[in-house]
Amino acid sequence: MLHIFCPHCQEYREEDEFHYRGQAHIVRPKDPEALTDEEWGSYLFFRKNPKGIHHELWYHTTGCRQFFNVTRDTVTYKIHESYKIGEEPAVKSEGDVT
Amino acid sequence: MSQNKRLASGGRIDRKKVINFSFDGKSYKGFEGDTLASALLANGVDIIARSFKYSRPRGITGHGSEEPNGVIQLGTGASTIPNVRATQQELYAGLVANPVAGWPSVNFDLMATLGKAGAMMPPGFYYKTFMYPQKLWMTYEHFIRKAAGLGKAPTAPDPDTYDKINHHCDVMIVGAGPAGLSAALAAAKTGARVIIADEQNEMGGSLLSTTQTIDGAPASQWLQDTIETLEDYSNVIVLPRSTVMGYYDHNFLVVIERRTDHLGEISPRGARQRMHRVRAKQVILAPGAQERPLIFANNDIPGVMLASSISVYLNRYAVAPGNALVVSTANDSGYQAAIDWHKAGRKVIGIADSRAESNGELVEEAKKLGLKIWFSHAVIEAKGSRRVYAATVAPINAEGTQVTGASQNYDCDIIATSGGWSPVVHLSCHTGARPVWNDDIIGFLPGKTVQKQHCVGSLMGQHQLHDTFEQGLATGAQAACEAGFGDGSNSIKVPSVDLVKTGQAQALFLVPHSKSVSRAPKQFVDMQNDVTAAGIELATREGFESIEHVKRYTALGFGTDQGKLGNINGMAVAAQSLNKTIAETGTTIFRPSYTPTTFGAIAGRDTDSLFDPIRYTAMQSWHEANGALFEDVGQWKRPWYFPKPGETMQQTLDRECLATRNSVGILDASTLGKIDIQGKDAREFLNRVYTNAWSKLAVGKCRYGLMLKEDGMIMDDGVTSCIADDHFILTTTTGGAANVLEWLELWHQTEWPELEVYMTSVTDHWSTMTISGPNSRKVLAKVCDDIDLDKDSFKFMDWRSGTVAGVKSRVFRISFTGELSYEINVQANHGLHVWEAIMEAGKEFDITPYGTETMHVLRAEKGFIIVGQDTDGSVTPQDMDMSWCIGKNKEFSFIGKRSFTRPDTSRTDRKQFVGLKPKDANVILPEGAQAVRNPNESIPMTMVGHVTSSYYSAVLGHSFALAVIKDGHNRKGESVYFPLADGRTIEAEITDYVFYDAKGEKQHV
Repeated sequence: MLHIFCPHCQEYREEDEFHYRGQAHIVRPKDPEALTDEEWGSYLFFRKNPKGIHHELWYHTTGCRQFFNVTRDTVTYKIHESYKIGEEPAVKSEGDVT
Repeated sequence: MSQNKRLASGGRIDRKKVINFSFDGKSYKGFEGDTLASALLANGVDIIARSFKYSRPRGITGHGSEEPNGVIQLGTGASTIPNVRATQQELYAGLVANPVAGWPSVNFDLMATLGKAGAMMPPGFYYKTFMYPQKLWMTYEHFIRKAAGLGKAPTAPDPDTYDKINHHCDVMIVGAGPAGLSAALAAAKTGARVIIADEQNEMGGSLLSTTQTIDGAPASQWLQDTIETLEDYSNVIVLPRSTVMGYYDHNFLVVIERRTDHLGEISPRGARQRMHRVRAKQVILAPGAQERPLIFANNDIPGVMLASSISVYLNRYAVAPGNALVVSTANDSGYQAAIDWHKAGRKVIGIADSRAESNGELVEEAKKLGLKIWFSHAVIEAKGSRRVYAATVAPINAEGTQVTGASQNYDCDIIATSGGWSPVVHLSCHTGARPVWNDDIIGFLPGKTVQKQHCVGSLMGQHQLHDTFEQGLATGAQAACEAGFGDGSNSIKVPSVDLVKTGQAQALFLVPHSKSVSRAPKQFVDMQNDVTAAGIELATREGFESIEHVKRYTALGFGTDQGKLGNINGMAVAAQSLNKTIAETGTTIFRPSYTPTTFGAIAGRDTDSLFDPIRYTAMQSWHEANGALFEDVGQWKRPWYFPKPGETMQQTLDRECLATRNSVGILDASTLGKIDIQGKDAREFLNRVYTNAWSKLAVGKCRYGLMLKEDGMIMDDGVTSCIADDHFILTTTTGGAANVLEWLELWHQTEWPELEVYMTSVTDHWSTMTISGPNSRKVLAKVCDDIDLDKDSFKFMDWRSGTVAGVKSRVFRISFTGELSYEINVQANHGLHVWEAIMEAGKEFDITPYGTETMHVLRAEKGFIIVGQDTDGSVTPQDMDMSWCIGKNKEFSFIGKRSFTRPDTSRTDRKQFVGLKPKDANVILPEGAQAVRNPNESIPMTMVGHVTSSYYSAVLGHSFALAVIKDGHNRKGESVYFPLADGRTIEAEITDYVFYDAKGEKQHV
């Protein structure tokens, strides 16, 4: 069971309190109508599945009800950092576009 | 026959306290301090079980959680527990135990007699034999389970309670042998919060049976002092009888404490077992090492035991489980059993040592005692069936691969075996670290981990007691320091213990036989699952080369013992058979739980009403008093229907429906999700998350909204009302409330943080009662005098605030029945009062309470959808013919809009929402029934849709259904067919989905 640091509450809390919401840093296109079906489809359906560093979106469901990001290693489950929405991760994965 | 194997003196048992118990229907006596296993051995009981596959008699092999054979059914009735290891169960007065396998009794097993013979069941037997026909698998499984004897689960509710406790500690220590105890001493001294857990009833591990001295005194003295010291620390929690069953990510450990299992079958004081959930800053693993048996022919006959277990039974329990001993060993430690046996006054026939020589101290001592030693020899076969009567000893080559000369049989009734020591790496594996083979210690060591974890003691191959103490103390101080306590140096004096000089051990696993592995009598690797060396060889011959595949094909390590004794030997046999090293073959990984865990401990107090919260509305007591039957909707209890005496369900529904259509009905709608949305950008926010437009919704008006996911599929629906220009109240489906709130927060926080909008769940704050039907206005008028109810001033889809039954209310004129309808919302603590006032006012109109079932029928007659019943996450608004609900001129591309033109959502053969009218007016289609266009098509037929809702309508006088049918909007008037599992085929006509008041006039009256 993960021990997750909530950057809003500034505390480690048990995984029970959180809800995983998938890959982080997916930005909704500004003008969806301008996209081809393929581009829209990539935004909708295609997600990374890395072996290693992964940036994830989490929700502090039974706590502060705030979303935040977590950088987690999918092999060791080690959490490298938690950071607020809009902030950049300090630990990058290989697939990150800089 | 009373404890004829008990020694006259010694041991950690209390001879003054006699305990009566029974096994397999017979009564025996033991002493306080005994385990069930030691007491059975003391009484000369050889056969404890029958084996899984071959029904061979089996006896006690070990003395702890590794025991593969001595697995019993403890207790009877509601408090019985299957798969208890007799070696771990302490004796208590009146203990009742039975074998899990063997019928009619373990001494006479019918299966063995009927020829459940070895040749019949090679590995992969189930896959090979029971594959076809598939239909019969259930029959086979039943037969196999019954024959295999996997224990019985209790069938009545458990009379005991169980509980859970959460801990946060600085240093968690697993195992209270010399390594764990010394680590605890050093860590405790720093002031760190320490928890030390051990699965045995007494702490001490190997110290409980050692003959070594510490600081010049018996080990038991140091042990007693140490435990007292630890218990005196207020920052230390000492947990005996506590198994760390799992080690999870981020240093989270689950410990099962057996609080009263040693006192009786039913707890005499409080919770029987307690689950400790520990989040530790640092973990020290000190679980020790497990002696590995040598594999030889017929090594499963009762009387063949681990060498260390023989010492434990002699020294700790004062039991000599036999008379004449032969030892087979590949290292020095096997000699200890012979020395202890000799000192207990029993006969040692000889020690077969696979090595050419050893200059170790134990070997020298054995020589001094005049014990017979055969170097370069091994026991290659045990003779006997129900008990060992002889050991076949033969010379073997230096590599341990071949018998090099004539063998000789030696009469004996007990054989001790020692192939070396395997570190108990199980817990270190739980977080994903793969163990690493080490040639020096001839065993696997814990693999690299990211956990804040330290390993110490014989887990690391350390068997010198002095070094173990030194490293334990150092590790305890170091772990405490890393948790923020002390400077990392140990200030406790290392206890003085003599070094024991040992000779080099040999890596021997499978002892050669004069016959080949496939011809020799069975050489058991995993006794609980009856996996033999020949079976593993066969698996590799059949092409299973990965150790993971060998495991699954042969069932090696699949038993309740998780292969604690058998696994490493199995890996070695597989490696040998594949001409690889063990390092190359590798090992399978161990997973939680370390030993079988009862469901009671996992459930704790979370049973019955505490299992999941139940949510009641404010009117629950009224519903109960008026005979409602309830339906679970999410966590809510909702009235389902209100039967009157003598009514069938259908009669009740007919009555409730007709009353609402013809006069007035009332529904408790409090469970609908309600989200209060405020802020200057609330309107814009609604525009983005709903399909329809909100820019012009005036204060006092309500609007139905449809919420989509970004893929264009319907996610939720509900009515949203404008309270003020920057204040709305949004309703959701009962089951979707929490998801919708999270969904709204997601978009606000991650995409549009610039919008000023605040959301609060207010579901529980309001009681909602819906009065519906042509007389509903008259009823409301009797309890409300400050709202103008005139149909032209308070119109359909308006809301007003006012006073109902003296209580401040919001009244919404919205309708889910198609009738004139008012939804009255009051603060929840006034709900019951207002409900009762309305019931009183409605008496003259025969106001009729109805539940969810009638609500479903009434809305279905109108073709109103229920999200999650008529939709399933794969239907679009267009599929549901709800394009009217989509804002055409909205500036912002609302969630889901772009997906309307995806190739998949815009194709024309999608399943579309329609009504169905069965040809037989009394037949109700089953919900979920699949539609076909041609009932005579051969199977598999082409399915074109399915029924989503189906009822009998009293007002229409016939059954009807809602469905999604491919291209349904263009096929009204056609027939579709529903071939059912019971052989019937029902024909129905595709119709419009609105069955009643098609023009929608009644809600406007």
